[in-house]
Amino acid sequence: MTTQAARLKQQQLQDVVFRGATRFFAFLVLAILAGIIISLCIGAWPSIKQFGLGFLVSDQWNPVTHVFGGRNSIIGTLLSSLIALLIAVPVSFGIAIFLTELAPVWLRRPFGIAIELLAGVPSIIYGIWGLFIFAPWFGDNVQPWLQRTTHDIPLLGTLFDGPPMGIGMLTSGLILSIMIIPYISSVMRDVFEVVPAMLKESAYGLGCTTWEVMWNVVLPFTRSGVIGGVMLGLGRALGETMAITFVIGNSHSSIHSLFDPGTSIAATLANEFTEASDDLHVASLIYLGLLLFVITFVVLVLSKILLLRLQKGDGAHS
Amino acid sequence: MNLYMRRRIVNYASIGLSVLAMAFGVIWLLWLLYTLFLKGFGGLSISLFTQTTPAPGSNGGLSNAIFGSIQMAAIGTAIGTPIGILAGTYLAEFGQRGWLAPATRFINDILLAAPSIVAGLFIYEIYVSKVQHYSGWAGALALAILVIPVVVRTTENMLRLVPNTMREAAYALGAPQWKMTYYVTLRAAKAGVVTGILLAVARIVGETAPLLFTALGNQFYSSLNQPMASLPKVIYDFSMTPYDDLHALAWAGSLLIGLFVLGLNIVARILVRPANQH
Repeated sequence: MTTQAARLKQQQLQDVVFRGATRFFAFLVLAILAGIIISLCIGAWPSIKQFGLGFLVSDQWNPVTHVFGGRNSIIGTLLSSLIALLIAVPVSFGIAIFLTELAPVWLRRPFGIAIELLAGVPSIIYGIWGLFIFAPWFGDNVQPWLQRTTHDIPLLGTLFDGPPMGIGMLTSGLILSIMIIPYISSVMRDVFEVVPAMLKESAYGLGCTTWEVMWNVVLPFTRSGVIGGVMLGLGRALGETMAITFVIGNSHSSIHSLFDPGTSIAATLANEFTEASDDLHVASLIYLGLLLFVITFVVLVLSKILLLRLQKGDGAHS
Repeated sequence: MNLYMRRRIVNYASIGLSVLAMAFGVIWLLWLLYTLFLKGFGGLSISLFTQTTPAPGSNGGLSNAIFGSIQMAAIGTAIGTPIGILAGTYLAEFGQRGWLAPATRFINDILLAAPSIVAGLFIYEIYVSKVQHYSGWAGALALAILVIPVVVRTTENMLRLVPNTMREAAYALGAPQWKMTYYVTLRAAKAGVVTGILLAVARIVGETAPLLFTALGNQFYSSLNQPMASLPKVIYDFSMTPYDDLHALAWAGSLLIGLFVLGLNIVARILVRPANQH
């Protein structure tokens, strides 16, 4: 009897330890996030103290005179991600339509896997491929054609101004778009699949075409999920480092056309961090990293909230 | 009639565009794989695995980089996996009440998509700048930070697929919670959890950004307490040089990583398929 009681006690103790351990590690995940923010703030402090919020708008980046401003890097990050979204969102929408409505069932899996593999390709491979294969081809074939066709149109002409070197803002945006298409299209596909079949069938029964069903029924029903997926892709694009570092050109001058080489926050960090000798330079780079983290954090939180809202709505419907 | 025509044309146009979009996505994948094989296959040889990274103009291989990548990925996985599994277990088994589980779930999803370069900065701040030198350990820690959210997410999802009746059966036999979790639910979800670990490995093997300011890189074999070479970093460095022989090595390295990562992705998919079709 006593041995049984002792065993029970022992098991209860083991359980307390076990539950405590799992809770501790769950807490550790939160602690990592807090640790990242705090450590980046501390690391960036000399630069924050020196330049304050003016860092955001100053386009000076001069390690020799110890004057640092992040404007060009921030613009580069935002602009390349914007280009990526402009290409990736419609393409992902098309892919999601294809995979949920058009393709025969036996084709869905192989095509779905092909798109998902795009997300599995390491970014370093996008980088080396972009630098040696894509950028030269783009500079020889597409960029001159873009210039020829647009140079008489007032606004578009200036967008595609400058020497077609292959590398630059537009190339970065394009490669980013390929990298985020799988994320956006997979979220779109998932949320399209939660649309109740009855809703779609009712619309088809009224004589709607496939396009009308997608545009007028499925898309409004899943709107917050779709936007959440787009934001998720945006978050990925903002933080992408290696692929961009290869093809963006790494120039700190401000850009005037989409063909100009520029830089992004992540590319600046990748290029300069290990070579930065004085403390202010390092702190400024960490400041940039902090800004990048804050921007992606906000975007990802919005994305998550939108996706959660859809999940709740979905729960109420089914 | 006119309206019908217009609707039909719009429909065909959109279907055509959708097929085009699909083709757009697949073409990039094929183009990437094609050049990867074309450029990388020529560089494959035995010396790739036996010789260390060369200086420009001399012969060499990638052995120290391969070794460094394997070492750091293994340690990163070994650190991150138990943390991830335990945290995921908490979310799935014990996190019904209180604020910790929803908060962790939310933050974990954000860490999952957060820029990997920030993990490198974080380890630089808390470790490298304190000990004043780059090291393989720092690289492994940065990779561990990337492993954790992937494993947490898949562990939780897979444990949730385990039917509650199995838990109740274990409790009814008088099993304590840790036995129930370890011998029943985690075992039932094993394939899924292993998939999560494989996906995490696939993710960190190709990562360069977090290693830039933690492991740095090394021309030779090194101990974990020294700067350590890694395959992606060598590819990056060699691509930025103007030498053709180094480019060839970079392509061969890319092919190695690409095959390994895509292979892992496919294995992970095969593993998880039964769980999806239950």
